[in-house]
Amino acid sequence: MIPLYYYLILSGILFVCGVLGFLIKRNIITIFMSIELMLNGVNLSFVAFAAHWHALSGQIFVFFVMVVAAAEAAVGLAIIIAVYRTRETLNVDQVNLLKL
Amino acid sequence: MTQNPYLWLIPVLPLAGATINGILGRRSSRTAITTIALVFPGIAFLLALWIASGFSSASAPYYFDMAHWIRAGNFQADFSFYLDQLSLVMLLVVTGVGFLIHIYSVGYMAEDDGYYRFMSYLNLFMFFMLTLILAKNYLLMFIGWEGVGLASYLLIGFWFIKDSAASAGKKAFITNRIGDFGFMIALFLMIKHFGTLDFTKVFAQVATQPTELAGVGLLTSIGLMLMVGAAGKSAQIPLYVWLPDAMEGPTPVSALIHAATMVTAGVYMVARSHVIFEHAPGALTVVAVIGTLTAFFAATIGIAQTDIKKVLAYSTVSQLGYMFMACGAAAFSAGIFHLMTHAFFKGLLFLAAGSVIHGVGGEQDMRKMGGLRKYMPVTFWTMAIATVAIAGIPPFAGFWSKDEILWKAFNANWIYWLIGIVTAFITSFYMFRLLYMTFFGEYRGAAPSDSHGHGDHGDSHGHGHGEPHESPWVMLGPLVVLATLSVVGGFVGYQNRFEHFLDPVFNAGVSETAHEVAEGSASTEHLLMGISIAVAFLGWGLAYWLYYKRRDLPEKIAASLGGLYDAVVHKYYIDELYASLLIKPLVDGSTAILWKGVDQGVIDATVNGAAAEARHVSDVTRHMQSGNLRSYAGWVAAGGAAVIAYMVWMGVR
Repeated sequence: MIPLYYYLILSGILFVCGVLGFLIKRNIITIFMSIELMLNGVNLSFVAFAAHWHALSGQIFVFFVMVVAAAEAAVGLAIIIAVYRTRETLNVDQVNLLKL
Repeated sequence: MTQNPYLWLIPVLPLAGATINGILGRRSSRTAITTIALVFPGIAFLLALWIASGFSSASAPYYFDMAHWIRAGNFQADFSFYLDQLSLVMLLVVTGVGFLIHIYSVGYMAEDDGYYRFMSYLNLFMFFMLTLILAKNYLLMFIGWEGVGLASYLLIGFWFIKDSAASAGKKAFITNRIGDFGFMIALFLMIKHFGTLDFTKVFAQVATQPTELAGVGLLTSIGLMLMVGAAGKSAQIPLYVWLPDAMEGPTPVSALIHAATMVTAGVYMVARSHVIFEHAPGALTVVAVIGTLTAFFAATIGIAQTDIKKVLAYSTVSQLGYMFMACGAAAFSAGIFHLMTHAFFKGLLFLAAGSVIHGVGGEQDMRKMGGLRKYMPVTFWTMAIATVAIAGIPPFAGFWSKDEILWKAFNANWIYWLIGIVTAFITSFYMFRLLYMTFFGEYRGAAPSDSHGHGDHGDSHGHGHGEPHESPWVMLGPLVVLATLSVVGGFVGYQNRFEHFLDPVFNAGVSETAHEVAEGSASTEHLLMGISIAVAFLGWGLAYWLYYKRRDLPEKIAASLGGLYDAVVHKYYIDELYASLLIKPLVDGSTAILWKGVDQGVIDATVNGAAAEARHVSDVTRHMQSGNLRSYAGWVAAGGAAVIAYMVWMGVR
């Protein structure tokens, strides 16, 4: 059996990749994908713990996260399309109308 | 002790008048204001007369507990009223003279815009004064004491548009405050050591204490502090400076508050506390010395004043000094006797002076009067009677009371008597000087043709007019009544009847024979009486010679005296002395330390500094809010990392 910490390290790597991608990339879609990466990193740790402790709640939680992520993706992508139609760019540094 | 359920009505009636006029007066007619302002004190006066008629020494003192007030632990102070022989005398004087002055004010203030305000204040004053007199404990007395101070402030500054009137009001109030501070300390001492402020209970406890013959013990301290309060209210050295300035108020106010009633509250309070003072001879000596010095000192200032009301003001201070001299000689009944006769003749003098001022169109400078005898005969004759009375010429009222005081003072210490007799001479001189300057010779005021528009200064009366004229009868009536009282008022003291009437208050435990033996022989008394009559006539003669026969002399004498005369004219520079010694350091110290140091340096600096600091911090931290999405994410990630690092490092599970 694969020990728990293997999963946790992988989960950590995925999460850090997501964070770094979120911070470094300028394209909104890439940022969006980084968020998904972070969510899935967390999901992985949830299921790993669920399997390890033989507890179902971790898996249930993952379903909730997936539902929220799907809803977020739907809304987020709609916004991204709207932004692209009006601004003709997906660079976050140029989407700064609210900045003082 | 007998209960008298009508006592509370006496103070409350004028309060009702004050309230009605104060609230509704602005929109009511003058007739309505006059009716209300006169009816309520009038009923109070009739009630006082009725109570006096049923007064019997056997059932006295009367009392009435109206309502509970303060009950804390064992301490209790209620709205209770108390009437014994002493307060009965005060009650009749205050309601009687007060009512007459109310009538007079109707004529005097008739043309003033603030008529309703004035009448309301007068009624308010009556309420507080009667509370002061009828109080059963020191605390209620203190309420009245503060209240008359308030009424005095309001009425001195009645013409508050005039700068001098407004500041005179403040001066009176602040000076009184210093005295009240002493009074309050005395009350605190009583609460601490006796646990009560009720007159009878305090005096019962004091009576059990040994007389403090040497040093400053508890009773001496209480006595001295009470005297500080009395000196403030009754304008004694060193707090007398407010009374001459208080003449900025309308003349009826000067008559009622600053001559007849309020300023005598200090004398009343000292007489009321006689048990304390009798057990503290040291405090009593201080009272006598202050009274004697004030009597003499104020009288000398009175010689050189030219403002008719200022002369009377210093004369009032001087006469109050006599009353304290009497109290200090433990002759409280003589002090109260003089208080009563003084209320008659000094009230009359002020009202007559007001009539003169009214008649000449607001002029107060005696140098611009003269010859008024033929223009205003009633005013002249009443004022002449009052002058003779205050000068101490028999058989007028002032003679009886002043002679009584001098005789008692002689028994205490001949120095008091000597200064007193010199003061009596000066009193007689300056009062006849006033009479001759005002009513004899030729009229020195403005000629009839150019006297219009006089009323801009002094006791301002809007109507310009030509020749001096007699006042209306609503003003002359009170003058005549008071003149009658000034003539016959002294006879209540004939054969010591007044003193015997007050004996239950002042000599409760002393047997009659011991009381009589303590006094000197009759022949000495007659000799002293002769001297005091002689000096009164001497003063009259000197005034007659200098201000009627040889009018050129006073100026020459003044010139030859030089610096001394200047000092007297400028009231010995006491106001200037106080200004440089007390007020200027106080103002400078407050400016440097309290204003610039504490207020600006600490309080303002704290508030402004906090605001500036908040601004400064926000200035730095606002750069965090760059609008750059990724920098926010970076902060969040860094924060999360920090939390995790902390938990890992601390080993939190």
